[in-house]
Order: sequence, then structure tokens, then C-alpha cells
Amino acid sequence: MYTFSNRLKITSFILMAIGALAIGVGFVSAPTTVEQAKAMVAAHDDGHGGAHAEEAGQAAAAEHSGAMAHEEAGHGMSHDEHLLHQLQNKPWAALYVAAFFFFMIALGALAFYAIQHASQAGWSPLLFRVMEGITSYLVPGGIIVFLILLLSVLHMNHLFVWMDADVVAEDKLLQGKSGFLNPIWFLVRAAIFLGGWILYREYSRKLSLQQDGASDNANFKLNFRISAGFLVFYLITESMMSWDWIMSVDPHWFSTLFGWYVFASMFVSGITVIALVSIYLKSKGYLEEVSDSHIHDLAKFMFGISIFWTYLWFSQFMLIWYSNIPEEVTYYVTRIEDYKLPFFAMVVMNFVFPILILMNSEFKRVNWFVIMAGLVILAGHYLDIFNMIMPSTVGDQWYIGIPEIGAVIFFLGLFIFWVFRALSTVPLQPKRNPFIEESKHFHY
Amino acid sequence: MASHYEAPIRKPLVLGDKGYHDVTVDIAFPVEGKANKHWWIVFTIALAAFLWGVGCIIYTISTGIGTWGLNKTVNWAWDITNFVWWVGIGHAGTLISAVLLLFRQKWRMAINRSAEAMTIFSVIQAGLFPIIHMGRPWLAYWVLPIPNQFGSLWVNFNSPLLWDVFAISTYLSVSLVFWWTGLLPDFAMIRDRAVLPFQKKIYGLLSFGWTGRAKDWQRFEEVSLVLAGLATPLVLSVHTIVSFDFATSVIPGWHTTIFPPYFVAGAVFSGFAMVNTLLIIMRKVCHLEAYITVQHIELMNIVIMITGSIVGCAYITELFMAWYSGVEYEQYAFLNRATGPYWWAYWSMMTCNVFSPQFMWFKKLRTSIMFSFFISVVVNIGMWFERFVIIVTSLHRDYLPSSWTMFSPSFVDIGIFIGTLGFFFVLFLLYARTFPVIAQAEVKSILKSSGERFKVLREAGKPLYTITKGGKVRETILSVGENAGVAERESSDHQPALSLLRTIGTFDPTKNSPDDLKKVKGIGPLMEKTLNKLGIFSFLQVSKMGEKEYEMLDALTETFPGRAQRDDWAGQARKFLNLDK
Repeated sequence: MYTFSNRLKITSFILMAIGALAIGVGFVSAPTTVEQAKAMVAAHDDGHGGAHAEEAGQAAAAEHSGAMAHEEAGHGMSHDEHLLHQLQNKPWAALYVAAFFFFMIALGALAFYAIQHASQAGWSPLLFRVMEGITSYLVPGGIIVFLILLLSVLHMNHLFVWMDADVVAEDKLLQGKSGFLNPIWFLVRAAIFLGGWILYREYSRKLSLQQDGASDNANFKLNFRISAGFLVFYLITESMMSWDWIMSVDPHWFSTLFGWYVFASMFVSGITVIALVSIYLKSKGYLEEVSDSHIHDLAKFMFGISIFWTYLWFSQFMLIWYSNIPEEVTYYVTRIEDYKLPFFAMVVMNFVFPILILMNSEFKRVNWFVIMAGLVILAGHYLDIFNMIMPSTVGDQWYIGIPEIGAVIFFLGLFIFWVFRALSTVPLQPKRNPFIEESKHFHY
Repeated sequence: MASHYEAPIRKPLVLGDKGYHDVTVDIAFPVEGKANKHWWIVFTIALAAFLWGVGCIIYTISTGIGTWGLNKTVNWAWDITNFVWWVGIGHAGTLISAVLLLFRQKWRMAINRSAEAMTIFSVIQAGLFPIIHMGRPWLAYWVLPIPNQFGSLWVNFNSPLLWDVFAISTYLSVSLVFWWTGLLPDFAMIRDRAVLPFQKKIYGLLSFGWTGRAKDWQRFEEVSLVLAGLATPLVLSVHTIVSFDFATSVIPGWHTTIFPPYFVAGAVFSGFAMVNTLLIIMRKVCHLEAYITVQHIELMNIVIMITGSIVGCAYITELFMAWYSGVEYEQYAFLNRATGPYWWAYWSMMTCNVFSPQFMWFKKLRTSIMFSFFISVVVNIGMWFERFVIIVTSLHRDYLPSSWTMFSPSFVDIGIFIGTLGFFFVLFLLYARTFPVIAQAEVKSILKSSGERFKVLREAGKPLYTITKGGKVRETILSVGENAGVAERESSDHQPALSLLRTIGTFDPTKNSPDDLKKVKGIGPLMEKTLNKLGIFSFLQVSKMGEKEYEMLDALTETFPGRAQRDDWAGQARKFLNLDK
């Protein structure tokens, strides 16, 4: 039985407190008038000299040349007003990116967990409680994401331009999409997705715990069945979720691969966190039966799925770049012009780094190596989400400052608190899973 | 590798009371025995189809591509459809051997050999189409970047069609190496059992002098793992690049980013369907039901169901995005697919690929051999239609309505396709008679953990054999099958005939014609009957007798002790075997 140490608990509270404070600072310091916004940008430029201002001007021009929704929608809107909206969006976008990122870790871990059940894997049952602990974050994480979406629908922010009726009225394309992109239907879908995922998580966890005290394998068999069914539900809802919650911040742009690309990102993040939490618990003397072979297997998944992510990233990027169709290629033009550093840094962190670090099979058994690689992978996938949301919400006004870091710290604290609290409620080792012996005997 | 422990609830992968030697005998049987009538009939049909295809190819090359049904608008149709179809089928083999090896799936061991053979044979078929389509196949080497003196002649590295050349040839070479590496110990097994010097020579050459030392095995395992690591990205890359052939172009219905993973899923889907089609027949014909079990078929059906659902999800995503994009051309391309003149192709594809695999959710259906066979054929047809739909329906109504037209294949188009089917089956049928069709060395490595005999013994807590005070070895014999582990009895002397057959091999007189044993000097009609009663029918069995077997035989027949040895029945039988060949 794991006890949530006071030190970790206090750390998580401190993280939450600092994070909340920083988020507050972000909101308070957002401009409320056009003049304030202009002053902020001017002050920023003064500090960096004229060269930077020129650069920013070019970037803004480039953005205008693209077929971005804001530009088309806002023909009447002046450039300054546009700037104000971007700066007002910034704390919201920072909050949303971090909220979604930690939520997606739990969702990725849930997919991995369901696959373990559905494929009747023999190596992993020892890690089931760890995975269940991580997926427990689905409830608070999901509620927070839902609240942010609800606030967007209530026009508290402008993350999703298509929610603005005035914009839609001037935009033929958005009118065509309004059968799908309309606020009520959007929230209903979000509720269905979240409801389905949480329902499976809670039910599967219940069966998994019941199996420990059972005298037959009925719970195990039922868990196998619902996991297979859940994966079908997940296959469909995950794609739709990514169109809704991420792709539609850029409502003119579309890519059929997008859903699977987001899936790769959340899957590798989820697996990485499973590895990190397992190593942490092992270092504290728990999970005695989990050996380096289990960590090795998780690291292999981190390695493999990182390459899979790169495969999807490349497929999407290459096909759009090659065809060079204006309405599609604008997505990458914006990112390469305004987000060069995070865009390419992300590829290095999510592909080059894991492939170099985790290629060697010895390294995958060295726990601190796995932690190092894992932290870089997580940072890389945070950047990935950052690159998906920011260009369409704050344009070239991005930087990683107080609101962004604060939001990450806040959700990190919440995540740690919630996950480790869940871990401390039940014994960390499943008892009567029919594959538990296989898992104990597992060696590479 | 993974531990040898296996949870009791896992189903056995080798059925029946099989020991190590049984595996050898069963798998060597199709190679050592003679082809029956059915094989010759099927082989003749395949050969005829192949020759018909060769005729059509010669006609195409000597007359020109104009013999095909292509036209100005639909300038790419039947040929590329067949090419993609065959490449797709060629995905299952390496996926089974490489990806399932990395995932430590033991069930791959019964099917990987044939799946890889199928891969190689189907990639050969695929490779034919681009070469024929060149019109001047003797200039095929122009697709390679070879320094030359033809002025500006250089390959276009911007074209995915060129990437295909590299991707597919690399894939073919790696698959071939992977396949052959796995074959080495098995060829050596056949070599060591061969009675005829010619066979011994050939299989000796094929096995590259495999000795079976620990060092050989260590290198074998290492190279398998490295090749698996190399082959996994290759499996993904091949169909990814095939999908680029379409997706890089700016044609509605072709340019879509989901193509790479969706093509790979579709390829695995069709590949597994073809493996199922072939193996369901093969297990019956070669009597391999104990190795390619219903459990194997069930698992392949599950893979078909999963990949089919992924493909279905991709179809729907494409359809949705066509609407969502707001791009008129894209919307029309999909509307035209579903409701235009080719609606029948689209709905055949949907029915075969999306709806039919969903039956596999029901355990009754996915464990039914007939139904699995039916669905696997349906999926193969559906996947052909998928490529036809993507290619022809996107082309036949282009941007200029005045040039809208239809495609109809000429007899040459159809003939070449039938020819490749024939060629494929010619190769596969020859393979089935000359290669060990199951990776016996690998199957033996899981026999103790996953063989029914060992599993039942383990659960019953019985030893494999006991040695009595008198020094007699008593084997534990179990009745396995439906009521496995329930009934068991100990015996050693009760069924000596069985242990005799275990060493010289079994023979099923209902499936093969017995030899005339009377030809052997010393075997009369009466003795032949006695031998037949014991289960000895063929020269092959007699030829494998040694001193121990003679003794056993004497004990069984209790007539003319020592006669068999004196007349050297085994030697005589070997001579008759030689005469037959």
C-alpha cells in the first residue's frame, strides 16, 4: 500500500498555488483596450531594437498573406483591434494548452491501458494500478477542459473564432461548416466524449479491483470485452475530439490525418508518464516486482511511438508541403515563419532526441536515462500542442512567459496531487489477474 | 527473450500429444512425401493461367500499351490497381514475422514462414506491373540512378514513383533475407533427414552449412532481431510511399493526409486476409491442423477486424473531411464515388472492407473455418475494389466535364491480372512441396511453454516420463483434445506400435496411395498386411528403420525374428525410393 508522502503533497500544493498566481497575473496583465495592447507591443519592441520590429512587421505581413480565418473574417477589423484580441487570448490559450496537455496524458494512458486488457498482454498487469492512477486524472482534467470550452462558447474568450456569430455571418466557408461547428452541438459532443471515456475508466477500474478478491475470472473476461468495445469508441471519438478541440481553432484548415497525429502525441505522452511514475514509485521502494525489464518495455514503447509520431508528423507535413495548396499550406507557412524555434525544436525533442537516447537497449534499462528521455519527450509534446493552438489564437504575439509556465505548473501540481492520491487508495499490485504470474516472470 | 512461463488460461498453440520428433516428422511430411492428384490439378490450372498471362504480356510489349483499356482521361487504372493490390498483400508476411516478433507473439511461429513466402511471391507480382507499363521493359534499368552517357537522362528524385522503386526493392531484399535466415535450421533439418543423395546435396546447399551449434543459434537469434528491427519501419514505409504516389498529387480524392497510415492499415488488412485464405487450405492439404489451429485463425481474424475497422474509420474521416473542407472539388469527388456511375464499386468496397469484418466480433463466426475462409476471400475482393475506386473514380471525371469518360478493361488487362494470380499460385504451390512450410525450429522453441501435451502434463502435475526400477522408461501418455487433461493413463508397452511410428513417421492411407511393400525382398502379402495394420505403408517409412526399429518390429510381429535386418529392408526401400524419383 502506497502512502502519499507529505513532502510530495506539499510540493503539489505549492505548485498549484504558484501556478494559480501566475495564471492570475497573466489574466490581469492582459490589455483591455487597443491603446494598452499597442503600448505593450511597442514597449516590447523598444527593448529589442528596430531590427526586431521590422521582423515582426514582416511576420505580420506574412500572416496576412495566408488564408487565416482571422484575416478573412476580420476585413473590417483594424490591425490594432486584432492585436488586442490576440493579446487577450494569450492567457486563455496558455491555460487551454496546459489543461489539454495534462488531460491528454491521462487519455493516452487510458488508451494504453485498454490495449493491455484487449490484447491480453502478459508483461504489463503489474503496472495496472499505476495506469489506473494516472487515468484517474481524467475526471478533474476533463471537467476543466470542458469548463474552458464552455467559457469559450459563452464568449469569455476568443479561442474559437467560429463561435463568433458576426464572424460566421461574413464567412461563407464557416457557414458551410455550421452544421458541425455550432456551439451547442460542440458542447454536446464534448460531453459525450468525456462521458464515454470516464465511464470506461471507472468501470474498468472497478472490474480490475474486483478481480483481486474474486474467485473466478468473470471480471477479467468482462474487462477484456469492454476494453475491446471501448477501443472502437475511442478510435472514433479521439479523432472527432481532435477536430473539435484543436483543429477548429483554425476553422478553415483541415487535414484528414490530424486525429491520428494527435493520438500519437497523447499516446507517447501517456506511456512516458506511466514509465516516470513507475520509476518514481520503484525508487521509493514500492512495486518490488516491477523489474528493469518492465521499464525496458515501457522505454521501447516510448522509442517506438516517438518514431510513429514522427512518421505521422512527416506524412502530414510532407504531403501538405509537396502539394502546396494555398488553403492547406498556410498552416505550415504560419508555423515556420512565426514559430520557427518551437516548431523545429519540437521535432528534435520528439524524434531526434528519443531515437538517439533510447536506441541502445542497455540505456532503456537505466532508470535515470529513461527519466531524462521522458522529460524531454513530455516537453516536446507540450510544444507540439502549443504549436497547434497558439498560431491561430495569439498569432505572432507568442512567447513562453508567466501565463504559459504558470499554467503548466498549476496543472502539474494538480496532476501530481490527483494521481498520487489515487495511487494511495489501493494496493499497488494486482493480486488475481490471470496474467500476474506471467508479468512477475517477465524478463527481456 | 521472454520467459518460458505461460499463464494456464492461454490456449495451446500446438495441439495434440506432440513431442519434438512429431513436429519434425509432421513438417517434413509434405516435402518428403509425394504430391497427390489435387496438387497436380491445381498446379496445372495455375500454370495455365500463368502462361495465359505471359501471352498477354508478350502481346502488350510487342504491340504497345494501347492494347489496354486506358484512355486520355483514365490514364492509370487496372495496372496500378493490381500493382497496389499485390504490394498490399505483400505486407502481412513481414508484419507477422517482424512486428509480431517484436511484440513477442508466439502464435506467429506457425504462420510466419508461409506468410513471408506469400509476401515475396506477391511483391514479385506487384513488381511486374510497373515494368510492363514501361512499354520497353529492357530499359527498366533507367529507373535506377546509374551514371550514363545519355545526356540529361537522370531519374527524377522528386517523384514518389521513384521512391517506390527503392522502397519496394529494399523491402523485397530484406524480406528475402529474413525469410531465408529463418529457413536455415529448417532446411538443415530436411537435409539431415534426406535419404537420397541428391536431396541431401540440394538441402545442404540451401541451408548454408547450418550445423546447429550454440554459436549458430546465438547468431541466428541476433540477426533475426536486427532484421526485425529493420523490417518494421520498412513495412510501414512501403505502403506509405505507395500512398504518396497518389497523395502528393493535387487530384481530389487522392490528395489527403490520412493516406499513409490508412494505406498501411489496408495493406495489413488485405495481407492477413490472403494469409488466411492460403493457410486455411494449406493446413488441410498438408495435415497441419495441429500447428495452424483454430486459435491461429481466430487471431488472424481479429487482426483483420482491427485493421478493417481502422480502414473504415479512415473512409469515414475522408468522407467527413471532404464535406468539412468546403472544397467543392473534394466534395464532388466523394459524392461521385458513392452515387456516380461507379457507385457499385464504392459500395462493394464498403461492404467487403467495412461491414464484413465486423462479423468477427462474434466468437462463433471467427472460430468457424468456413466462415473465416469466406470472409478472407471477400476482403481480398474488397481491397481490390478499394484501389479501383480510389484510382478510377478520381480520374474518370476530371476538372473538364467534356473529357469525362468511363474505363473498361480490355482482355489483355484482365489476362495479365489472371496471369499474375496464376504465377503467384505456381510459386506458392512449388513452395508448399519443397520448403518446410512451418518454422519448425521456432515451433519447437515454444513447444514446452505452449504445446498442449506439455501444458496438460504441467497442469496435471505429471512428469514427461518416469524410469522404473528395472530401468524401463515409462512415458506419460495423455488423451488430449476436447477433454484435455481429464483422461490420462500411463503406459509404455501398451502401444509400442505408436512409438515405432513416432520414429519412422506416420502415413495416412486415406490421403496418399500406399507403396507396394511386397517389392521388398522378404515381405510377402501376409507380412505386408501385418505392416499395414501397424501403420506402415510406404517405402519412406521402411527406409527409416534402424536396429532399434527392427527390434521393435520383431517384438510386434513375433514372426521370423531378425529377418528384416538380414534382408536389409531399409536399404531396399531406399533403392525403391530412388527409382521413383
